[in-house]
Amino acid sequence: MSVLAKSPWVVHFNCNSCNGCDIEFLACLCPTYDVERFGVVHVGNPKHADILVVTGSVNHRNARVLANVYQQMPSPKVVVACGVCTSSGGIFADCYNVLGGVDKFIPVDVFVPGCPPRPEAMIDGIVKAVGILAAKAKGIETPVADKPRITVSPSPKPVDETPAQEPDEVGAVK
Amino acid sequence: MSETIIKLLIAIVAAPLVGAIIAGLDRKVTARMQGRVGPPILQPIYDVLKLLIKQPIFLNRVQILYAFMHLAFMMLTLVLLILGQDLLLTLFVHAFATISLILGGMCVRSPYSRIGSQRKTLMLLAYEPILVIMVVGIYLSQGSFMASDVVAAGAKPLLLSLPLVFIAYMMAMAIELQKSPFDVASSHHAHQEIVKGVTLEYAGPFLAIIEIAHFYEVFLLFAVVYFFWAPYNLANAAVGMALAAGAFLFHIVLDNTFARLPAMWIVRFMWVIVFLMATTNIIWLYRLGTI
Repeated sequence: MSVLAKSPWVVHFNCNSCNGCDIEFLACLCPTYDVERFGVVHVGNPKHADILVVTGSVNHRNARVLANVYQQMPSPKVVVACGVCTSSGGIFADCYNVLGGVDKFIPVDVFVPGCPPRPEAMIDGIVKAVGILAAKAKGIETPVADKPRITVSPSPKPVDETPAQEPDEVGAVK
Repeated sequence: MSETIIKLLIAIVAAPLVGAIIAGLDRKVTARMQGRVGPPILQPIYDVLKLLIKQPIFLNRVQILYAFMHLAFMMLTLVLLILGQDLLLTLFVHAFATISLILGGMCVRSPYSRIGSQRKTLMLLAYEPILVIMVVGIYLSQGSFMASDVVAAGAKPLLLSLPLVFIAYMMAMAIELQKSPFDVASSHHAHQEIVKGVTLEYAGPFLAIIEIAHFYEVFLLFAVVYFFWAPYNLANAAVGMALAAGAFLFHIVLDNTFARLPAMWIVRFMWVIVFLMATTNIIWLYRLGTI
């Protein structure tokens, strides 16, 4: 196993997230999950990082910042997109400021589905990313990640399939 | 002659490996204290090997020069100490190693890196007088500035004549090991606070060089603790080892117990409480007339 796979340092970037994914990601570092046992260090500096964990959808303001963070990372590098917002914009997909998923702007290697994904799923995603990192270091071409098939885009539907409530007379609910 | 070569090999080859294992044990014990499994003990070695094969990114060439100077002066410090040279010279070479790191952080136009460097300068200001007092205390106790006289046969253990200086040295050591109340310049844990302080703008192999220099420094700091019990025979060396192990546990407990302090608070603490404690020891030695 390559040494790259033994010491993945992770930088975490919150694009436009509701913080649900971020809290679940930080839970990975807690004693219950302890992602440090795989050698993962949560760094705050893209120049020290191997894996970029992105949460949230991309908007007009942060598209440039996301690309900048990605470009500052020394190669080989891997992007893990956590949560449904990173693939399609999620429940924010219809917002006027949302441009869409992360994969429109930077190449994504692993999508972790869920809203938010459980910490186990995120650890699974990071472990998968570590394998891709080792492959990239050897110069092996890695495939583009599949997007999650089930998504709440373009707009969320009620879970029990009952017809949506009638809007009140003001028309606040559309 | 062959003894010198063995000592040089210890200083240059074994020291970073031992320093890396000490750093790995530190991470493991810290994780266990927090109820986590923790990384493998060899994790710092994996980290350095990984950084060495990453893409080299730098902002200017001077920055690289300072990283190498940091490593070279740190190695020189350890060689001087292990060959039993003048302790004052060792101390000044060590200060220059730290200054190289500070200049490396200052030579880039990055605010975080510069804040880290300024804090590192304050830390240097905080602990350097303590180290000078320690060397003066060793002179008063042994009548010589040479490190070889501390370990010479029949030498008295330094700890018996310098107990307060030893406690003061523990505090200075905590600053240099970047342990928790004192880790304002660059921390092992809180990477997000001022991002990564002095080492912010180093990436890939250049960061690895700074990490290796840190392993040398870890070995150096514990070697000084070991010297506090005149390790000229096997029994004394065992006590010196136990002292170093005790210092190791003390620093982990300290790291896990205390919250981070503001930089100026650390300078005040070091210059008032710790400085007075060390000076009291010197005055006491002087009054006893042990010279």
